[in-house]
Amino acid sequence: MKTLFSRSRLLVLAAYLAVIVIAPLLSPKGYWLSLLCQIGISTVFALSFNMLLGQTGLLSFGHAVYFGLGAFATIHFLRAMHEHSFSFPVTLLPLAGGAAGLLFGIALGYVTTRRAGTTFAMISLGIGEMVAASSLMFPGLFGGEAGLSSNRMTSPGWFGITYGSQLQMYYLIAGWAFLCILGMFALTDTPLGRMANAVRDNPERAEFVGYDPQWVRYLMVVLAGFFAGVAGGLTALNYEIVTAETLSASTSGIVIMMAFVGGIGHFAGPIVGAALITVLQIVVASVTEAWPFYFGILFTVLVLYAPGGIAGIVAEHKRLYDAGQLGRVLQQYLLGLVPFALCCLGIVTLVEMAYVLANSSEPGNAPLHVFGVTLNAARPLGWAPPVIAVVVGGFLLRLVARRMASRGETVVTSLLQRQA
Amino acid sequence: MQFVVSSLLNGIAYGLLLFMLSSGLTLIFSMMSILNFAHAAFYMLGAYFAYQISAAIGFWPALLIAPLLVGALGALIERYGLRKAHRFGPVAELLFTFGLSFLAVELVQLIWGKAAVDYRIPSSLQGALFTFHGTSYPIYKGFMMAVSVGMLLALYAGLAFTRIGLIIQAALSRPDMVQALGHDVPRIFTLVFGGGTALAGLAGVIGGNALVTEPGMAESMGPIVFVVVVVGGLGSLGGAFVASLLIGVLQTFMVGLDWSLIDILRALHMEPHAAPALARLSLTQLAPIMPYILMVVILIFRPRGLMGARET
Repeated sequence: MKTLFSRSRLLVLAAYLAVIVIAPLLSPKGYWLSLLCQIGISTVFALSFNMLLGQTGLLSFGHAVYFGLGAFATIHFLRAMHEHSFSFPVTLLPLAGGAAGLLFGIALGYVTTRRAGTTFAMISLGIGEMVAASSLMFPGLFGGEAGLSSNRMTSPGWFGITYGSQLQMYYLIAGWAFLCILGMFALTDTPLGRMANAVRDNPERAEFVGYDPQWVRYLMVVLAGFFAGVAGGLTALNYEIVTAETLSASTSGIVIMMAFVGGIGHFAGPIVGAALITVLQIVVASVTEAWPFYFGILFTVLVLYAPGGIAGIVAEHKRLYDAGQLGRVLQQYLLGLVPFALCCLGIVTLVEMAYVLANSSEPGNAPLHVFGVTLNAARPLGWAPPVIAVVVGGFLLRLVARRMASRGETVVTSLLQRQA
Repeated sequence: MQFVVSSLLNGIAYGLLLFMLSSGLTLIFSMMSILNFAHAAFYMLGAYFAYQISAAIGFWPALLIAPLLVGALGALIERYGLRKAHRFGPVAELLFTFGLSFLAVELVQLIWGKAAVDYRIPSSLQGALFTFHGTSYPIYKGFMMAVSVGMLLALYAGLAFTRIGLIIQAALSRPDMVQALGHDVPRIFTLVFGGGTALAGLAGVIGGNALVTEPGMAESMGPIVFVVVVVGGLGSLGGAFVASLLIGVLQTFMVGLDWSLIDILRALHMEPHAAPALARLSLTQLAPIMPYILMVVILIFRPRGLMGARET
């Protein structure tokens, strides 16, 4: 029998630990550190989301509720510490967020898990909207539009660590993130984690075994609420300000993207997705205004062509590699690379031209510079090159895809032969 | 009295608009068991298309063309997108429509900008329909009701009395059997999806100028339509109708009443010493979250919704 923490998994964990310890030392720049902090928080949040979608089959459109309420609870706790001057180790403060997430999971999860499947998705959206709308109704509790702020530096904490520097804050986030990852991973091997998978795959059979699917879903929502709350608590400590934005539908939406792009079928998927989406969000947003549009395209294309996300793609190619077929497949990819790049270039140019046109102040002139060529988005002729690129690229890509589909059969047969 | 009458009429107009959206959603759901997350995005597209078309050739052609365009777009998306996602199961379908709703908002911002566009009620429909106790009721509200009711009657007649309507009804409950009888069920699915999105588009055409046409309109309408469908009972057109009117009328009344718990206590000659923030909230302030509270109450006491079938 395979144990949960087998040797290879321990190796992966150790490597991951080494990466998160060394990562902040790689660059002295301030934004590198704040990027890493954001990745750490997103990782916990995305993994807690995947406890529902990936492990229990519950698609939640309102997961930001637990994240945001955890963040608000933590900032209130911190403010109370300053106001009434009592001391509590800041190191443990994310637990306040976790407790809030847990409590609201108990209260709200009772309502949301009354129904499963598609209805759960709708109800979670409704609850999410309700909490987001209420947050603006109680300015005393949620700080209104401006949000609530505080200072994480209280009396000297353990070992004199005050979390005054961002580096100390990073290690706090990294430590909590690592603990949460361990906790959530261990959970997958408990009876509850196993039953969650059973409930996801076949609730009727789970019921026959003697478990109440509704109860299993409820427990998973409560626990996911706890971990989301911890992530929220870390956010509150990291930024020292919490606004209603943390509770909003867009926060719920971005966590869906993180988990899905990374891959909901594998435990490590959301970790990859959280890092990738956070980096993209910051890097792409600094280059172009149209970044949400590109996110939307990436997400939709993945849903249609690679529903396993990045982790799914990697796992598929691992299987090909094991079967000794990876080389042949890569050759095909090489063939598709040029049309694919042409297609992408065309789409990006089209989107950017639309933005230039929308923002242009003088009529008749909306120039976009691409590779030394200037395209005028205000003239119909300016749109011709990218349209041609998309059409030609798309056509060639289709040809390659057809070829791959026919070649794919030979790959599958040799895979089967190897297995036999 | 005049408050009651005008709120009731406004509430019914709003409720009918909600039903136009939720009926399309319900039809699509009960037929294909797809929850179209992008439904409100089609509503938004309807409003923007109507704005563009009415700027070019006038409101009346837009009333016809914009929903048809939205419906055609919906049918194309079903044929070339949703059908692909269908292979990967219901979660993939839901996520696909979620991605679409995200893209639609960005696309609208790309083309029409982030601010609200000036989509106005046509001058021929401006003015008062009648005056009741000094309060005038706008013609446009009456027009909205007429369009909604007319569309609903047409929908009912189409489903109940035409050949294609009967096939759709049959495909709702026994798609395999309908397929076995030689009907092209996937094409019926495309038709229903196109029809449902066209309804959302029509709601956008007549709602966009009565409310406001902006990129945020999908996000503000979407959750309420979902709540309507949950409260009414998933897959039940009758339930969606009752829930739409209930939420429409309740919300309109609440917006007009600024009573709070404290006022009520005072009216009963009780003066509370310390009043928490909750007691100070007026009904007006509570109006935006009323649909969600209603949903929670319904889910606790009647999880299948007002008229929904029992959960299997």
